Amino acid sequence: VFYCVSECDFGKDRSSGLNWCVGRGCLGNHHASCTSLYKKPFVESFEETPLLVAVLTYMGYGILTIFGYLRDFLRDWKFEKCHLAREREEQKDFVPLYQDFENFYTRNLYMRIRDNWNRPIHSVPGAKMDLVERVTPDYNWTFEHTGKVLKDVINMGSYNYLGFAENTGTCADAASECTVKYGVGVCSSRQETGNLDKHEELEKLVARFLGVESSMVFGMGFATNSMNIPALMGKGCLILSDELNHASLVLGARLSGATIRVFKHNNMQSLEKLLWDAVVHGQPRTHRPWKKILILVEGIYSMEGSIVRLPEIIALKKKYKAYLYLDEAHSIGALGPRGRGVVDYFGLDPCDIDIMMGTFTKSFGSAGGYIGGKKDLVDYLRLHSHSAVYATSMSPPITQQIITSMKCIMGEDGTTLGQERLCQLSENTTYFRRRLHEMGFIIYGNNDSPVVPLMLYMPAKIGAFGREMLKRNIGTVVVGFPATPIIESRARFCVSAAHTREMLDTALNAISEVGDLLQLKYSRKNRHGREGTDLFSYLESHQD
Amino acid sequence: MDMKNMREFMGWLYYQYLLITGIYVLEPWEQSIFNTLLFTMVAMVIYTSYVFVPIHEIMILSPY
Repeated sequence: VFYCVSECDFGKDRSSGLNWCVGRGCLGNHHASCTSLYKKPFVESFEETPLLVAVLTYMGYGILTIFGYLRDFLRDWKFEKCHLAREREEQKDFVPLYQDFENFYTRNLYMRIRDNWNRPIHSVPGAKMDLVERVTPDYNWTFEHTGKVLKDVINMGSYNYLGFAENTGTCADAASECTVKYGVGVCSSRQETGNLDKHEELEKLVARFLGVESSMVFGMGFATNSMNIPALMGKGCLILSDELNHASLVLGARLSGATIRVFKHNNMQSLEKLLWDAVVHGQPRTHRPWKKILILVEGIYSMEGSIVRLPEIIALKKKYKAYLYLDEAHSIGALGPRGRGVVDYFGLDPCDIDIMMGTFTKSFGSAGGYIGGKKDLVDYLRLHSHSAVYATSMSPPITQQIITSMKCIMGEDGTTLGQERLCQLSENTTYFRRRLHEMGFIIYGNNDSPVVPLMLYMPAKIGAFGREMLKRNIGTVVVGFPATPIIESRARFCVSAAHTREMLDTALNAISEVGDLLQLKYSRKNRHGREGTDLFSYLESHQD
Repeated sequence: MDMKNMREFMGWLYYQYLLITGIYVLEPWEQSIFNTLLFTMVAMVIYTSYVFVPIHEIMILSPY
C-alpha cells in the first residue's frame, strides 16, 4: 500500500491499478492530464505472442529436442563421429561436464544454424559491406572459404547509428595523422605512463558534450561497467538493477559484493516497491539502513528496443534518496535533438544523474567507454578504478577518432554534418519502424529507438530468415535462446544515418518478401492496407 | 499453367510444414525419419477411422 506524499488525489484512488504518486509530478500512465513529467508522448509497444504461434514454437522445440537426444545417443554409442569436446575415458566416473541444458542446446540446436553468426567481414562495416562466402561440407561443424567475396551487402546489423564507421573522410584522416605521430600502442596502464595528452583532451571534450563537470575514459566499454561498479559499491550497499540489464552491468554488480535486487523491466511500480522496502526495512538481518542504494538502468535496451523511463526514475531517486547509474551504450549520439543521449531526448538536466556511463563503440565508430559525473566522483575513480590501475589505456588513433566524431556531432568542426546525420537517423528510424509496422510484423520497443527487434518465434525460422536475407544481399543479425527468452527469438535491425532511403526501401522490400515466404506477419493490430497472406488469398493471387 | 502453380503451391506448403515443425534445420536422413513416422501415424488414423467410424455411427444412431 503506497500513499501519496504530496497533495495529489490520485494516491487515494484504489480503483485504478496504479494508486501512487511520485513527488509533485504524477505519472503519465493513469491519467491523461498527469503528463507533466514527459514533454512528448512515450509510445512503446510489446505486442503479446499469439497463442497459436507460442504453441507451435513449443512443439517445434520439443521435436528438435527429441532429435537432439537421438543424436546424442548415436554419438555416445559411437554410431556417429563426435566433433565436440568430450570428457576423456579416464574421467567417465567423475561428475559429467556437458550434460546441462546450455550445452545440449549448443550442440544440438545452435550448431545446426551456426552459419548465421560469426560471418567474416571483408571491408569496413558501414552501410554496405563485403562478406566472405563460406560453405560447410559437414553441416556447420567446419567452414571453408570458397575464395569468393559477396560485395555490397546492405548492413542492417552493425551499431553504426551515425555512420562514423568509414575509412575515408575527416575522421579517418585525423586518425591516420595521429597514428603517424603517436604510434598505435600505449604500452602501459593509465596510472603509470599511459596517460596521453590526447586522453586529457578527450575527457574535457566528453565532459562538455554531456554537460557534466568531469569525465574519464577507459579502453573497453565492457570493462568500464565491470571494473567501476566494484570500485563504487561494496558490502552493505544495495543495487537495484533492471531485469534485462547487460552482462557487463550484471558482472560488475556481482563483483562488487553488494546485495542485488532485480525489478521488472522498465516497471516503475516494481522499482518503487523495492525502494520503499529498502528504506523501511534496511539490511536483511540487522535492519540497519543501507549504506548506498544504486539504481542501474540502461538508456536503450538493445534486445527490446525500449527506452528507459528516465523522468520517473529521477523523481523516484529524489524521493527515496538513491543514486542513479545510467548506461548509455546504445543511446549516446543516437537519441535526442542534439545527440546527447537519453537525457537530451527527455529534456532533463544532466546534473540529476549521478553517474553517466557510455561507450564509444556504437555512435562514434570507435572503441572504449567513459564515465561522467561530478568532479569528486571522477577524481575518486581515477585512483580506485581497477581499469585505470590494471588495464591498458585507450589507443591514440581510437582517441583521435572519438575526438573528431564528437566535434562533428557538436558542430565544432565548422560543418553541419553532425546535425544532418542526427536528423537523418531519426527520419530513418521513424520511416523504418512505420513501414515494418504497416507490413504487419510484430516489432518491439519505443517508436524513437534505432534498434528494431522483429519477432520470429519459431526455431526453424531463425535460420531460415538469416539465410534468405543473405540470399537477397542483406546482412541481418538473428538472436535466439541464451540472449532472449526461449520462445521469443528475433531478428534485430540497427538503423543507421548512413542508410539512404533507397537502401532502406530495398531492405524493406526484401524483408516483406521474406516475411511472406516464411509467414512472419503475425501482428493483429494493423491489418488494413495489406494484401492477405493466408492460404486462400495466396490461391487467389496466384491464379493467372 | 495450373499444374505448375499447383506444384509451386505444394512446394510452398511443404516449406511451411518444414518451418513450423522445426524439421528445416535437420539433416536429410533425420527429416526422412520424421516424415516416415508422421506419415505412418496419419495412415493408421485414416485406416482406423475408415474401418470403425461407420460401425460406431450405426451403433449410436440406432438404439436397438
